[in-house]
Amino acid sequence: MSIETKVDSLPGDPFRGERAREIQAAILRVLIPILAALVIGGLILLILGKNPLEYYGYVLRRGLLTWGGLQETFTRMAPLLLISAGLIVAFRAGIWNLGCDGQFLLAAVISAAVGPALIDVLPRGITLVACMVVSVLVAALWSLIPAILKSRYGINEIITSLMMSFLGISFANVLVKLFFADPGTTVPQTRDLAVVDRLPRLFDTTIHAGLLIALAVVILVHLMMTRTAFGLKLQVVGANPAAAIHAGLNVGWLTILTFAISAGLIGLGGSIEILGVWGNVRADWNPAFGLLVVPLVFLARFNGYAVIGFTLFFSALMIGGDSAARRVGVPSDFVLVLVALVLIFLAVVEYLDHLRRKRTTA
Amino acid sequence: MEGLLTQPFLTALLFGAVTAGIPLLLAGLGEQISEKAGVLNIGIEGMMLFGAYTGFVAAYYSGSFGLGFLAGGLGGMLVASLVMLFCIRFGLNQIVIGIAVTLGFEGLTSLLHHFQFSRTYPRLSAAPTLAIPGLSEIPVLGPGLFQQNAMVYLAVALVVFMAWLFRNTYVGLNLEAAGSKPAALDAAGVDVLRTRACAVLSTGFLAGVGGAFMANVGAGIFVPFMTGGAGFIGIVLAMLARGRPIWVLLGAILFGVSLAMTTALQVAGVNIPTDVVQMLPFAMVMLVLVIFARHSVLPPALGLPYVRGDR
Repeated sequence: MSIETKVDSLPGDPFRGERAREIQAAILRVLIPILAALVIGGLILLILGKNPLEYYGYVLRRGLLTWGGLQETFTRMAPLLLISAGLIVAFRAGIWNLGCDGQFLLAAVISAAVGPALIDVLPRGITLVACMVVSVLVAALWSLIPAILKSRYGINEIITSLMMSFLGISFANVLVKLFFADPGTTVPQTRDLAVVDRLPRLFDTTIHAGLLIALAVVILVHLMMTRTAFGLKLQVVGANPAAAIHAGLNVGWLTILTFAISAGLIGLGGSIEILGVWGNVRADWNPAFGLLVVPLVFLARFNGYAVIGFTLFFSALMIGGDSAARRVGVPSDFVLVLVALVLIFLAVVEYLDHLRRKRTTA
Repeated sequence: MEGLLTQPFLTALLFGAVTAGIPLLLAGLGEQISEKAGVLNIGIEGMMLFGAYTGFVAAYYSGSFGLGFLAGGLGGMLVASLVMLFCIRFGLNQIVIGIAVTLGFEGLTSLLHHFQFSRTYPRLSAAPTLAIPGLSEIPVLGPGLFQQNAMVYLAVALVVFMAWLFRNTYVGLNLEAAGSKPAALDAAGVDVLRTRACAVLSTGFLAGVGGAFMANVGAGIFVPFMTGGAGFIGIVLAMLARGRPIWVLLGAILFGVSLAMTTALQVAGVNIPTDVVQMLPFAMVMLVLVIFARHSVLPPALGLPYVRGDR
């Protein structure tokens, strides 16, 4: 029987056809919601008396089609990718680390504080690596309290990590204003890391090397979670903690480790954003990437490769939307409406797809 | 520093604490209803913000604060009806939809405000206050606590009402069952989805009123993004309260006092960054959690869509 099917499968190669159809379906699942969101967003613009085609034209041109815009888009991807990588580890292990903004910001401030201090005595390469390491450690440390509370006492990490996030954002500001403030500036900010001392640029572009680190990390995290024993352990903990205990896994320790890795990667994102783009942290700076990345990671179904695609799309939308808004004369916050619409339609199409598959299997 | 314990300072601190705490209280109570029924309502920030906008616009054009609150509540409910449709009817991921709703209404209110008022920020007249006879004569406490907008007393009364509702009525039992054992509720002949839908709509109404309070009574103006995370604090309060409304009230007081402290200290000329004071309530709650670490109690079905016959 097996021989028969094998022979049957050879001429038409149905496996390849299956695979192609799957990919086609996956692409449709992404394209349809994006189109739907753009149409609804366009209607909103029309109601407000603006020309949607003009707006979208600028978004496309500024976000993807001009060289400068494309570089900005790629640059924006780096922190988003690293936050995504951190969240994939946590979410796959069933741990809802919602404290990403606090971890990100705190790590950013630490890098901004350590960098300019070390650069005077150490070579650039060592300084940059040291900044990243310290930032990763600080972010991981910051996640320790929710991790321990979760593993020892079973206290829900959604509340504790959210609170540590608020705490971290304020604490980062305190650090900037009280401890690391550059005496030379009126608005409180940390000392500036000179452009030549920042992360190296890639070739002749404005894209910094952090993007390569981020891409490598996302792929490694994806492989770690899907191809290694450690990743499998984490997935078991996430899918069924009781079964994991029964299987002899040290769930408490794995929980703490997951939190530390997750926060550490998010911290690396904060560090790279400072070392590559800004060079300093101004008081009250908070890009609040977490709110965007959390749903993005869900919609990518915790898949690292899908995350790369989504991140590229949302980065282009954010970068392009910002300048398009200025030209067309709508507030730049309009891009938030578009992002929300895309998220909702992605979820809806996912749901319809789920219904359709249920109907065909039933 | 000696200006700290004077009567006007304490009165201003109390008054400010109440003003800052009421939106948190309303959001927390609202979130509590949803969570009890098994819906993790992350979109509450968007509900508050839209409520703040609709509430402000209604109060601005009608001149009536009562109408403002009503419009705020309805605005919040409108946002909640989206959550109801996507998360309860379709069973979509509550975290994705919740965050999408928050992002979307952050953008939408900013957009609407821009096209309505351009770059101006019109101000409402001061909110009417209702002095409670007798009590309002007490020094410090009186002007701080008992000369407030009527909504303040209503919100506190709501705590008592909700405690009664949860403990003594079928409505409370149904909500609880929808969150802990939806299948049992279904078997008892009560529609789980409808119970959850009602819970989410109530959440939207309360969060919207809270937002309207923030804009109309607290600030007197609407500014885009003005809720600034209040909805998330509401979620924290609701989770910490473990289903008991009175704990939401205590939490709201804690956060209200420290929010008021930041402005009060500045008025008193104490020069520390406001961030330090803003950290206090979170640090305090974390400390309490670490010292008295208790197992948190959340409804087992929280965040899970209900599909009849699914396992």
